[in-house]
Amino acid sequence: MNTGKRQKQRKVLLMGKSGAGKSSMRSIVFSNYVAKDVRRLGATIDVEHSNIKFMGNLMLNLWDCGGQDGFVENYLTHQRNHVFGSVAVLIFVFDIESREFQADVVSYSNIIRALEECSPGAKVFCLIHKMDLVQARLRVQLFEERAEYIRTASEGFRDAVEFFPTSIWDQSLYKAWTQIIYFLIPNASVIENLLQQLAEIIDARELILYERTTCLMVTHVTRGKESENPFTDRFERISSILKTHKQSMSKHTGIPAGSANFAEMQIKTGRFMFFITRLTENTNLAASIPPSEQIFNAARVNILLVRPKFAELDIASKPRPGIQQAFAHSAQSERDREAGSEEDRERVGRGKGKEAVGMGGGGGFEG
Amino acid sequence: MDSSHRRLSAQSQPSPYDDSYLEHGEASQAGPSRLQPGAQLTLMRYLQDLPDADIPVSDVPPRYHTGRLPNSKAGDGKPRLLLMGQRRSGKSSISSVVFHKLPPSETLYLETTTRIKKESMHSFMDFQVWDFPGHLDYFDPAFDVDNIFEEIGALIWVIDAQDEYLEAIMRLNTTILNLQHSYPNINVEVFVHKVDGLSEDYKGDTFRDIIQRVQDELSDHGYENAPVSFYQTSIYDHSIFEAFSKVIQKLIPQLPTLEALLNSLCSTCHIEKAYLFDIMSKIYIATDTSPTDIGSYEICSDYIDVVIDVSEIYGWDRPDDNDEKDDTSHSEIIEIGNNDAESLITMERKGNNYLYLREINKYLALICLMGDDSPAEKKAVIDYNVGVFQAALKQVFPRAERDVPLPEE
Repeated sequence: MNTGKRQKQRKVLLMGKSGAGKSSMRSIVFSNYVAKDVRRLGATIDVEHSNIKFMGNLMLNLWDCGGQDGFVENYLTHQRNHVFGSVAVLIFVFDIESREFQADVVSYSNIIRALEECSPGAKVFCLIHKMDLVQARLRVQLFEERAEYIRTASEGFRDAVEFFPTSIWDQSLYKAWTQIIYFLIPNASVIENLLQQLAEIIDARELILYERTTCLMVTHVTRGKESENPFTDRFERISSILKTHKQSMSKHTGIPAGSANFAEMQIKTGRFMFFITRLTENTNLAASIPPSEQIFNAARVNILLVRPKFAELDIASKPRPGIQQAFAHSAQSERDREAGSEEDRERVGRGKGKEAVGMGGGGGFEG
Repeated sequence: MDSSHRRLSAQSQPSPYDDSYLEHGEASQAGPSRLQPGAQLTLMRYLQDLPDADIPVSDVPPRYHTGRLPNSKAGDGKPRLLLMGQRRSGKSSISSVVFHKLPPSETLYLETTTRIKKESMHSFMDFQVWDFPGHLDYFDPAFDVDNIFEEIGALIWVIDAQDEYLEAIMRLNTTILNLQHSYPNINVEVFVHKVDGLSEDYKGDTFRDIIQRVQDELSDHGYENAPVSFYQTSIYDHSIFEAFSKVIQKLIPQLPTLEALLNSLCSTCHIEKAYLFDIMSKIYIATDTSPTDIGSYEICSDYIDVVIDVSEIYGWDRPDDNDEKDDTSHSEIIEIGNNDAESLITMERKGNNYLYLREINKYLALICLMGDDSPAEKKAVIDYNVGVFQAALKQVFPRAERDVPLPEE
């Protein structure tokens, strides 16, 4: 596969006070740690860089920045341009249990100012972490109070900053990261469009696209009654179920967690049928369909047929210099990006005519 | 395929289940959230072209194998498990983790048990778990000893391996010797508990030391070959479930039959390892007789979680399901009452190894680890054989037979 040049590098800064849980979070989401393993992690010294390949052409360039005051001072002064230049996303982690919340916010403001100066187009996500330590009934209120306070200190990002309550002990972590990832995916709307069509063709109640190694949801399509599903957190839940299963497999079979993966999982019951299967090199597709063998088998065949289409998307078929460059420099403004994907969609839309007919044929024996 | 006939059975189908699930829910708090009606695994057959897999239950009255249920009055079938041991040895934690699915870390906050806590479990067979406070002297005349021990299935004695255990052993031996006269058939199961905190070497030493002491002392009192078994357990891993599985297996009169059935299933289908699980408690009530390793038990047990969790998410009650189904999915209704959930996980890179789950009845699920020589293409054959196994099981478990709706013909 021809990656290299075409890859969209997106720089993601992970910051927050020392001990807030940045590295724990990173290890769980990207390195297949289980929550209780993170006790083993030591303090992060300076910056730990990791490159995470995501969805084929998207490369996350994750900077896990040690949060001790000395390091932060250094980021803000000597390394200011180096650290804060061309950032796509800043993820700032607040510890809800912190005794010096005011001081945390001051430090946050300094960082925000540096960010505004060096990459004004960046997006800011604030994670209010360790929510599990707060009594359940106080959570919402406390979260909102803190979020409001932080928002006032967000300078130029005041309106755009997004807040999530998180905890490594439940699926809230996946929920937050799913949103972050969704923001970073360059061709999300194209993918959604394709999925929507696929869902119509195979008569799925719901299709969910997961990234393979992290089990984070890329996007989903819900049709008809399924939108009334009382489990509104089901996407994160499934992420978390899949991840746990992966851990269990790797633990008992000796395959490293990174590569322990199932090729396919099917669950059939009288109320629904569900399967997860590989879609592209980096994604798994989960489908919930009505309980019928015909639909089930037709869906499997159709998904098999549609793979090449998605694979093409995955590696960004043709480099179009203009837009490509725009993506590489992530200080790009939001509007341009949208224009870009609009174009993307159109192009794919044209190519799709043929494909849909082909898939319709495959599903023909449904009726 | 006659769709009107099917629709009919579709509607009648839920009714036999409704009541029983209700009973389920109240009887054990084991997982209020996991086993709501919406989360039930209702099954559907995989291949319609194998109608033979669903041979109707025959009228042959169930015959029992020659297992014995010690000290239990014939027929009432509610064996008791008594949890005893020193205070703070972990009895209540064990029962909360195993039967109430409490996360192990939460057991820190359990209060001391001050009176006997009785809980009944409704499952493939009903049993009661009695959790005793550590400080009671059961042989005080004030206690009705007979009442306690009369219907006992097994006495589980919990010893804290991280604590001084000499006194615990002394009390255990007194209890065994006291019981020996009146109830010689009681199974005594010793759980050497909290071993997670010990190093590998120390764990083994402690375990051996405890066994040695108990046996020596019993034989000093002239009681040789006492029916005492020992297990190393911890609530932080699967060992406690494994130990409970073995304890419960001893109480199942039909165990030899089950094992024989599983053995023949395994050899016919080249199954590496097959477990019959109680879905709720994740205790396995039988496995084939090939060597067991805890790894394969853990895989299967985690797998049940996956299936239950996903079923909970998508098994919700859809309003007005019928509209949606009208055109496409009428075929879901199956000839007979075999609408059991089934699931399959194919592993990557490991060639043909895969996991196969099939719900046998509402309490039991069969989980198989498939070996290398049992390719997924042969799944049809495996489905068929599992169907046969299921039919056989219905004859073994009268309860299952009673609860599963008979085919409407």
